[in-house]
Amino acid sequence: MCLAIPARVAELLENDLAVVDLGGVRKEISLALVDDVALGDYVIVHVGYAINRLDPEEAEKTLALFAEIAETLDSSPLTPHSSPI
Amino acid sequence: MKYIDEFRDGDLARKLAADIRREARPEREYGLMEFCGGHTHAIFRYGIQGLLPDCVHMIHGPGCPVCVLPIGRVDNAIELARMPGVTLCCYGDMLRVPGSGRVSLLKAKADGADIRMVYSSADALKIAQENPERQVVFFAIGFETTTPPTAVVILQAETLGLNNFTVFSNHVLTPAAIGAIMQSGEARVDGVVGPAHVSTVIGSRPYEPFSAEYHMPVVIAGFEPLDMMQAILMLIRQINEGRAEVENEFTRAVTRDGNLKAQRMVDEVFELRDTFEWRGLGWVPDSALQIREKYAAFDAEKRFELTHASVADHQSCECSAIIRGVKNPLDCKLFGSVCTPDNPIGSCMVSSEGACAAYYTYGRYREAQKQDQT
Repeated sequence: MCLAIPARVAELLENDLAVVDLGGVRKEISLALVDDVALGDYVIVHVGYAINRLDPEEAEKTLALFAEIAETLDSSPLTPHSSPI
Repeated sequence: MKYIDEFRDGDLARKLAADIRREARPEREYGLMEFCGGHTHAIFRYGIQGLLPDCVHMIHGPGCPVCVLPIGRVDNAIELARMPGVTLCCYGDMLRVPGSGRVSLLKAKADGADIRMVYSSADALKIAQENPERQVVFFAIGFETTTPPTAVVILQAETLGLNNFTVFSNHVLTPAAIGAIMQSGEARVDGVVGPAHVSTVIGSRPYEPFSAEYHMPVVIAGFEPLDMMQAILMLIRQINEGRAEVENEFTRAVTRDGNLKAQRMVDEVFELRDTFEWRGLGWVPDSALQIREKYAAFDAEKRFELTHASVADHQSCECSAIIRGVKNPLDCKLFGSVCTPDNPIGSCMVSSEGACAAYYTYGRYREAQKQDQT
């Protein structure tokens, strides 16, 4: 039930509706719970509703923190396309 | 996909695991409860448990809405679905949960009841609009993530003047369940991994009393494996340093205050129930929501005069103890023999986020091997 995913707003429609792009799959969702969503924003989609917006700056900060961990623990650089676990 | 793949990097996960191994003190035990079923699923799917040192134990909490709904409420839903003229709409994972006498909504559907699986509360509203001759009931379950969408459709039904749409509300509250676990003191919990998406709605503030009152570290974590491992590392650091704070690893979606618009809509439509029965936790005061009198016309419990009866779980099923974090799925004698995802006896095996289903799908051989070795 808690599974929700970040998706990019690909199209804004009337009545608080939008089309989101989920890695190529397009789906109509409701924006009734989040104000001022713009085209291209990332929202977290759950049971057909955007329940919040995703903050790209904060996402970058978290990724930068991970990059720092990688540097401090291992001097060898990470491969640019390392495999997902 | 963006904002997903970057948080699944295998090399980084191994480095985080090394960091955890270095910081966790082998002479002590760390019992970390992941509250949310989404985290349970992530732990097993990505083999996170296998990357942790032996002194770090993940305990699965009551954060799966399908798992915590007691049999009596499932019976209520089946009773509703069997009423003449009623169409019951529900999320897919509720369909196979056994009620009394192992009758599920799926069985009731096979017997002729009009039960529709919906992806969204909006789909249920649409079915009501398209079928004015039917009484359409939305079987609403879930924590703070699914409650706002239910509030939206009740407000929309009022605007539309629909008189054939009601909601059977079973919405429950995360902080109340965490409080019940803390209060019982049954499970040995040293730190809590706070839910990801629930927290996007309610924010991090509601966890602050737990840190203060129970000296319990809480780290809110996203659902991707790196999020989870980073949160485990943050919890270990807090425990080692004797701190008990609410920290937020999932800053890309969670703020201290959460989604205020969603909270306002929920508050407009719902109010606290005095008490609510949970599978595993029993009756917990102020732990669930009911529809306010103002919107009573959309309350299925009132329109259909439902009464709740407490029904005991299957006597050999350990779901209750697993939900409380006291037992592990492998402690249940039904696990993997009588009870499987294809033939679930208890709720923890039904939902993919249930601890038993996660163990069965991703971890049963590894766990069994580990037990053989000890």
